[in-house]
Amino acid sequence: MKLIVNGEAHEIDAATLAELLAALDYEGNWLATAVNSDVVHTAERAQFKLSDGDRIEILAPMQGG
Amino acid sequence: MLDLYGTKLPSRLLLGTAQYPSPAILADAVNASRTSVVTVSLRREMAGGRGGEKFWSLIQSLRLRVLPNTAGCHSVKEAVTTAKMAREVFGTNWIKLEVIGNHDTLQPDVFGLVEAARILCEDGFAVFPYTTDDLVVAERLLAAGCRVLMPWCAPIGSALGPVNATALRSMRGHFPDIPLIVDAGLGRPSHAALVMELGFDAVLLNTAVAKAADPIGMARAFGKAVDAGREAYRSGLLEPRDVAVPSTPTIGRAVFQ
Repeated sequence: MKLIVNGEAHEIDAATLAELLAALDYEGNWLATAVNSDVVHTAERAQFKLSDGDRIEILAPMQGG
Repeated sequence: MLDLYGTKLPSRLLLGTAQYPSPAILADAVNASRTSVVTVSLRREMAGGRGGEKFWSLIQSLRLRVLPNTAGCHSVKEAVTTAKMAREVFGTNWIKLEVIGNHDTLQPDVFGLVEAARILCEDGFAVFPYTTDDLVVAERLLAAGCRVLMPWCAPIGSALGPVNATALRSMRGHFPDIPLIVDAGLGRPSHAALVMELGFDAVLLNTAVAKAADPIGMARAFGKAVDAGREAYRSGLLEPRDVAVPSTPTIGRAVFQ
């Protein structure tokens, strides 16, 4: 399945958002996720089914002004 | 004491956390400024990366109020989604709302700002809108549900200081009961003191401290300037006059002829 993760194309087999995070070695409760510009909350990731072509954003705390 | 959305804060300086030479200097500058609120952001995390975790641990160790921003967002959708992601990560409904409209000046897109503010206020956010000094836009932001306004005084990072003090004074006069925070454009402690003397409730700054030769010393200096400006405002400033008025009493002076 082709997925766009943080702007980069990945060919990866991941049925859910939680599986995608595990496959790409993302972990920790400081991450925020969105699929196709809509927020997916932490508790929803294990049930959130991914589809071919989905655009996923994975964000973390960063310095800001 | 400064009251923002029902939260009382001892300091009237809000400090950004970006562009410091090191995490240790950031922490020391924050402490030297005596701020109560630091701003933070969200950015893409690399696969397997731990940068976000380290930064978040540092911020949590400061034990201050956190104000996440939507910096870099150019559309309502981007800003709203980023705000919701920030709420989840940082565990706060506070959001510094930025919807940028111009690449060169980083001027807010005030039309998108008002729309995003309405959506977020309806969703329970306490919105801190980064706006201009336009009174009509300010009215629309209040109608959208904002209870704090954050006008710029000059473009972000420009260090120009208040380029239109008249507009800021007008804003203070027009909204006597709304907390007003000057956000963006301050370059020197004297700039901060000046806007505080105008009656602004607080200032938010980042670059002027982070990019100083000694960020810790500059943070301390801004903290003092904000306090001085506030106390001057509360003490009643003398209005300028066009003629000299002797300060030493003239009655009883000696006459030599």
